[in-house]
Amino acid sequence: MSATLRAEPILEPALDVELDRVWRGRSGFIGWLCSTDHKSIAKRYIATALVFFLLAGLEAATMRAQLSRPENGVLGPDTYNQFFTMHGTTMMFLFAVPVMIGVGLYLTPLLVGTRNVAFPRANAMGYWVYLIGGILIYSGFFVNSGPDAGWFAYVPLSGPEFSPGKRVDIWAQMITFTEIAALIAAVVIITTAFKMRAPGMSLNRIPVMVWSSVVMSFMIIFAMPAVATASLFLAMDRLISTHFFNPAEGGDALLWQHLFWFFGHPEVYIMFLPGTGIISALLPSFTRRKVFGYPALVLSIIATGFIAFALWVHHMFATPLPQLGQSFFTAASALVAIPNGVQIFCWIATIWTGRPIFRTPLLFTIGSIIIFVIGGMTGVMIASIPFDLQVHDTYFIVAHFHYVILGGVVFPLFAGIYYWFPKVTGRMLSETAGKWNFWLMFIGVHTTFFPMHQLGMEGMPRRVYTYLEGTGWGDLNAVASLGALIIFSSVVVFLGNVVWSLRHGAIAGSNPWDSEGLEWATTSPPPSYNFANVPVVGGRAPLWESGDELPVMTGLARDRQQVLVTTALDAEPDSRHDHPGHTIWPFIVAVTIGIFFITLIFTPWGMPIGTVLGFAAYARYIWPKKNHDPSIVELPRSVPQSEVPR
Amino acid sequence: MILQAPRYTQQSMVDPAGPKAAMVDHFWHFLIITASIVTAVVFITLLIALFKRRRPVEPQEPAVHRSLTRWVSASAAMTLVIIVVFLVLDFRLGRAIATVPAQTPLRVNVIGHQWWWEFQYPDTVPSNWISTANELHIPVGRPVLLNMSSPDVIHSFWVPNLSGKKDLIPGHATETWIEADSAGVYRGQCAEFCGLQHAKMALLVIADPPAKFNQWLTASRAPADEPGDSTAKAGKQVFLTAGCSVCHAIAGTNAGATVGPNLTHFGSRLSIAAASLPNNRGNLGGWVLDPQRIKPGAMMPPNGLEPDQLNAIIAYLEGLK
Amino acid sequence: MRPGIATRALTVMLAVATLATAGCKREERRFREVPPAADATTNVVMSTLQPGPSVVSVATEHPYDKDAFAIAQGQRLYVQMNCAGCHGLAGGGSIGPPLMDAKWIYGSDPANIFSTIVEGRPNGMPSWKGKLSNDQVWQLVAYIRDMSAQHRKDVRTSRTDDMAAIPDDQNRNRQTPRPSTNAPSSTKP
Repeated sequence: MSATLRAEPILEPALDVELDRVWRGRSGFIGWLCSTDHKSIAKRYIATALVFFLLAGLEAATMRAQLSRPENGVLGPDTYNQFFTMHGTTMMFLFAVPVMIGVGLYLTPLLVGTRNVAFPRANAMGYWVYLIGGILIYSGFFVNSGPDAGWFAYVPLSGPEFSPGKRVDIWAQMITFTEIAALIAAVVIITTAFKMRAPGMSLNRIPVMVWSSVVMSFMIIFAMPAVATASLFLAMDRLISTHFFNPAEGGDALLWQHLFWFFGHPEVYIMFLPGTGIISALLPSFTRRKVFGYPALVLSIIATGFIAFALWVHHMFATPLPQLGQSFFTAASALVAIPNGVQIFCWIATIWTGRPIFRTPLLFTIGSIIIFVIGGMTGVMIASIPFDLQVHDTYFIVAHFHYVILGGVVFPLFAGIYYWFPKVTGRMLSETAGKWNFWLMFIGVHTTFFPMHQLGMEGMPRRVYTYLEGTGWGDLNAVASLGALIIFSSVVVFLGNVVWSLRHGAIAGSNPWDSEGLEWATTSPPPSYNFANVPVVGGRAPLWESGDELPVMTGLARDRQQVLVTTALDAEPDSRHDHPGHTIWPFIVAVTIGIFFITLIFTPWGMPIGTVLGFAAYARYIWPKKNHDPSIVELPRSVPQSEVPR
Repeated sequence: MILQAPRYTQQSMVDPAGPKAAMVDHFWHFLIITASIVTAVVFITLLIALFKRRRPVEPQEPAVHRSLTRWVSASAAMTLVIIVVFLVLDFRLGRAIATVPAQTPLRVNVIGHQWWWEFQYPDTVPSNWISTANELHIPVGRPVLLNMSSPDVIHSFWVPNLSGKKDLIPGHATETWIEADSAGVYRGQCAEFCGLQHAKMALLVIADPPAKFNQWLTASRAPADEPGDSTAKAGKQVFLTAGCSVCHAIAGTNAGATVGPNLTHFGSRLSIAAASLPNNRGNLGGWVLDPQRIKPGAMMPPNGLEPDQLNAIIAYLEGLK
Repeated sequence: MRPGIATRALTVMLAVATLATAGCKREERRFREVPPAADATTNVVMSTLQPGPSVVSVATEHPYDKDAFAIAQGQRLYVQMNCAGCHGLAGGGSIGPPLMDAKWIYGSDPANIFSTIVEGRPNGMPSWKGKLSNDQVWQLVAYIRDMSAQHRKDVRTSRTDDMAAIPDDQNRNRQTPRPSTNAPSSTKP
């Protein structure tokens, strides 16, 4: 028996009560620690990442204050080194990737039409591990033990001889935490996207946002182990006298650079691809047509994911690597502009044949395209080895990567926040404040970072705590610092908007933007079980294609947490799977992981202690329940869905 | 002003004074023009798309879809063409700047320290080797082959008016070449984060006509001048007994340490503290008395010198022409 | 809003407070300090065996004993000033006595070692008075005590980027200092 899905009233009032009882979990502080609801965990990821964004922004503001005048006295060299290291580390490891993970974890089950992610307990554990890593490094920073060797921590400067104390050790271990969290989230997203889609959502009907999260996740799986290896080697060199990076004993300082940048370059695409997914997800609502060029968009995202792994040596052009080999990376670095460009051309084509509606999400989208194109142009320029040898490690590069990150990550993120805030909270963000937010940020970004191109070409290197009066760099630096103030004010406006709208924003219905994605087929905010009945899709824009008559499938259990597992390619129903429900053990295992790695910074005793504790906690975590009744049913393909017994 | 010296050029890669920088500067013109055109085209298209008057066109119509597909494909193809042109030009340029000109180059060893530059001028006759610091003298119009290494952390040698940069990596011997087309003083700076005073690890390249350069080279090979007056003589004593000789060397005296920069002809240098300050009595006094005030974190400690000792040592050092 | 924000903030503050006691001093970079040096060395005693009323000598600690940066600077100076030439790269001794063992001829207290370096000692230890600043001598003192693992584990130096001749001090066992009355035997004819 098929039924129609409507967001507000449900045909069977008892269904939502029963499902809610099963899926909601306990209230209170302990209940919050036990939650395995993907929406709750994703909101935590995003909130925590935004806190780190603010902290990193404050670090940046302080740095800009120091650099606004030559020989300024705001920060001394040691403190400045800690500040710029923390700014880079926070933005790259603690904000950009976790926030995109959070967005992916929130949206993926909703966009593919399922109740939760594939591995809810692991998902929860990943968040706690990330939080512990962030607290670790900020605790260090607040007691003068923050890392001071740059976010990239080149050896030998970050090695045992030239970085005394525990600063770099804390940094190296923080990487382990964020990397574990990212790997867990990647596995969760891939499995959910491939095995838990709504029936009928074949590969060519998967939303572009989900594709971008999936490609991001594959990239995480291949890239993160490189930086984990690098940080492991560095920690071992510093703590137990190995010689991985010691040339005198057969190691090589360049090994660090290869390992780090093999991760570091895909890292920026890990951040960027979900940004493109967000734009493709929200453009239809603001141009009133499906996004143009779905196959081109998806293939571009996949191509970018592959090509991103062939670029890393462009960070090492000034090293004595053979020039012929370096030239390969020049070619790849330039060619990556093609898939990126194709995406932009598709978006412009969508706008060209659509009817633009100028609300804040569209403004941020337009801003992101403009800023990213400028960053992309300088990106192709610095693919050239001779040109890069002049501007490498100067403010030209600082300008380039801030343009591409602001254009490809931050502006799409803000666009997504304005777009999905109604879905997550049930209230609309203020449109007026949104426009102020956008314009202040747009103007601020250009004011801060455009002069840096000139500064780099005039010879100002990066990572300098001050500069001399006679260099003539003072004026442009003052302009850049003024721009930082403008950006700061735009973030203040944004925060005010969020705080105000949470209480006083207009109530959003289930589909305030009249959008086409599946996430708008349920209430705002979604109930704990996402959809009362599993939707069935027949195209790429389910809500536009079926209007009020979105077909659904019934048959999942109402007395326990059960999800539908479908085949990977065509999303035909395959089996039903029981989820474990809410549990505190992911949190406890995460704490033992924290104990393991943090104690290791100070003593090798961390290994036996942490292993015993972790093993015990993990055994309890995966211990099968005695009265577990798996009702995994293999459905023969020929049985019509309506005949499925409950 | 960094220096009162004449002919001092502001650091800038778009103000080339040597063949390598000039070639990159030309390439930069191609890059900025192409990028500006492409950016303008994209922005104008975007703005038109946003603000043009809407004709009631049904986007799902096959004809519209085909037309859009053609435009997007054409744009992608155009991008590819531009990139290929860029790559061809870039590879040719890359080969050109990597090729040392046919002339016999001058060889200089560059050793990067935290946070100063050591320049050695090797010679087949061992007693003609000289070691100087932070100021690289080169002849105009002759390529200079730099053999670079670092005993501590990674540094990067960069003089934007003359050439792109090259890293100095412990465990590797890296090589690059520079050449100046015209006489002048060009400032460079370390371009790889190397610790507390990375910001103030600058250098000066002093390009002189070949005759003047040879004069300088010959004069540098001579040992240090004997102190002229009694103050300078007292200064030499202070230098040798007050701990300066523990780190610094002056050829022709008993001071032979290689921890800090060689000071043999210090008086003729244009700058001190890795091109952080002009070389004059006031600055020198401040630097010797308390280097940590100028470069906090530098390896040179504050010296508890009495005022007359300080005067004497300044007189001695300034006399080492 | 949500339960647990206050608890989360509290956890953070607790973590910070725990690390605060250990972290602050360990990572201080003092560039222009003139440490309270001179007077500490005028009352240096090398032995508790004394005529008359006993002068209780309390083992003192110097702030650099908890400062990883200062100890690392001491390591740098140890090599640059060629202490290694007589005492060995890792403090194992050659023509000078070993510094990594438990035997201290002239006292293991920081003030004793300061005095040794500044005044020099019989049988070949040169006097560095006026050659190194007080600050640099105290850094050396901290490093020399580090060679016999007198310090907390988290401030000890690691290996240098040289051949493995200078191993790290982090994994050494602490030697309990005891006075030695033997002159270095290598100088006996």
